[in-house]
Amino acid sequence: MRERTIRGKTAIAGVGETTYYKHGQSPDSELVLVLKAILAACEDAGISPKEIDGFTSYSNDRNEPTRLAAALGIDELRFSNMNWGGGGGGVAAAIGNAAAAVACGYADCVVAFRGLAQGQFRRFGQGAPDPTVSGDAAYMSPYGVLSPLQKYAMRAMRFMHDHKVDHRVLRAISMASYNHAQNNPRAVMYNRPLSAEKYDDSRWIAEPCRLFDCCQENDGAAACIIVSAETAKDMKQPAAYILGAVQGSDHRCGAPVMNASNFASSSFASLAPRLYEMSGMKPQDVDVVQSYENFTIGVMMAVVEHGFCDPDDCNEFFQIDNLVAPNGKMPLNTSGGNLAECYMHGLGLQIEAVRQIRGQSVNQVPDADVAINIAGPMVHHVSSVIMGSEATL
Amino acid sequence: MSKSYLPEGMPIPIPMDDGLDTSYWEATRRGELMIQKCADCGTWQWGPEWLCHNCQSLKITWKKVAPEGTIYSWERPWHPVHPALKDHGPYIVVLVELRHAGNVRMIGNLLGDPHQDVIIGSKVEAVFEPHDDADPPYALVQWKVV
Repeated sequence: MRERTIRGKTAIAGVGETTYYKHGQSPDSELVLVLKAILAACEDAGISPKEIDGFTSYSNDRNEPTRLAAALGIDELRFSNMNWGGGGGGVAAAIGNAAAAVACGYADCVVAFRGLAQGQFRRFGQGAPDPTVSGDAAYMSPYGVLSPLQKYAMRAMRFMHDHKVDHRVLRAISMASYNHAQNNPRAVMYNRPLSAEKYDDSRWIAEPCRLFDCCQENDGAAACIIVSAETAKDMKQPAAYILGAVQGSDHRCGAPVMNASNFASSSFASLAPRLYEMSGMKPQDVDVVQSYENFTIGVMMAVVEHGFCDPDDCNEFFQIDNLVAPNGKMPLNTSGGNLAECYMHGLGLQIEAVRQIRGQSVNQVPDADVAINIAGPMVHHVSSVIMGSEATL
Repeated sequence: MSKSYLPEGMPIPIPMDDGLDTSYWEATRRGELMIQKCADCGTWQWGPEWLCHNCQSLKITWKKVAPEGTIYSWERPWHPVHPALKDHGPYIVVLVELRHAGNVRMIGNLLGDPHQDVIIGSKVEAVFEPHDDADPPYALVQWKVV
């Protein structure tokens, strides 16, 4: 049987972002934001939008491929794919699904995109004020478990108990993002540094998380263009080759009322080994880590489950100096990430991984050939991807 | 004077349309805790499902369980995300393993001082919290340290 891997068969050839806004402040509608991000990605890749023949997204993005294809004047739409699951767990899966479509010949030029305009639509972090609830919500909402953080904090509280993790671990993760954002003019938190004191003085949102452990909510859009490796080789930008992509979760991760078998987890325990096997990489080969911060607690567990740190060594490993580019042992979220650049539902972190491979980041890690992107920790369907420069093929 | 742990106005739980968890919600109003158990393989199961996740049998029964457990994890929300919680202050949510039902987990509030230290592994017992005046009426299962 032929080797079942997408290693090196496809690449990200173009990336595009809109201006990033605080939530509710976009002057454009969500559809316009998405179209602008796609046009920017086409410009970056040096292609006409008419070359696009497929779309992937996640988290029930409201902008349907047929609508986008009509607006862009695309001659023939050949592929569209929505990854199930709420939250940002599907970011890397959207990249992986696009890569799979190109590798298998469904389409030649697929855009993975996400748009959010929370002024136009409702906000994420707010519990729905429905007077009655049934199903899983009936066992949570009446007890005040309504928001995403309230639904995931107990996974981390148990992890921190089992492995004697200190709160300074969460602070270091948050400070790494804010530190990187100070060099990134695109970042919403540009010129808004975070000191240890400011973190420690911030209010609790839900213990074990303070204000600065929680992502922003933003308006904006982002897009990545995926083509075959052969095509990417001769395009305008250095290609970021997709070496591996995985999605899913382990035994009964989505069991109702928090009855997942592996509860004190970011949901990546079974995925990470598959990712390394498919990509032919090991954690030691990875030069830079982009790990989706819905909350710092998720980053902590996801970094552990991807093999960068033993769970019992978190207190030593998660030190700010280890996490900051260019010299940290494991540069983390080098654009400022969801905490400090923009909560573009994780797609901004994918774009930052591409920039690192190209050598174009404002916080460039020297000779970065391999980047990992970990999406949506703790939700019940997660994904991650490893991409590399031409040298890794 | 409210006798409930959280303020009035929180979402009201109602049984599912398909009847899957009606037995549970009827039992809580009687002050009883009913949990699913597979009649074929004996696996305890929570939350409610139409079939056994272990052996896929459809013979799911409801068993009355002694309402005692152990704190498996917890959180203390401060920031109010529901209008009824505005200006309320912190509250404690616990994830409790039911030791008489295969250690399946339930969510509830931990009664008492909302600022208290919470210790994972503590033994807890259920306190049924009636909401008889709600429409429709219901009862929550809350927990207190033994």
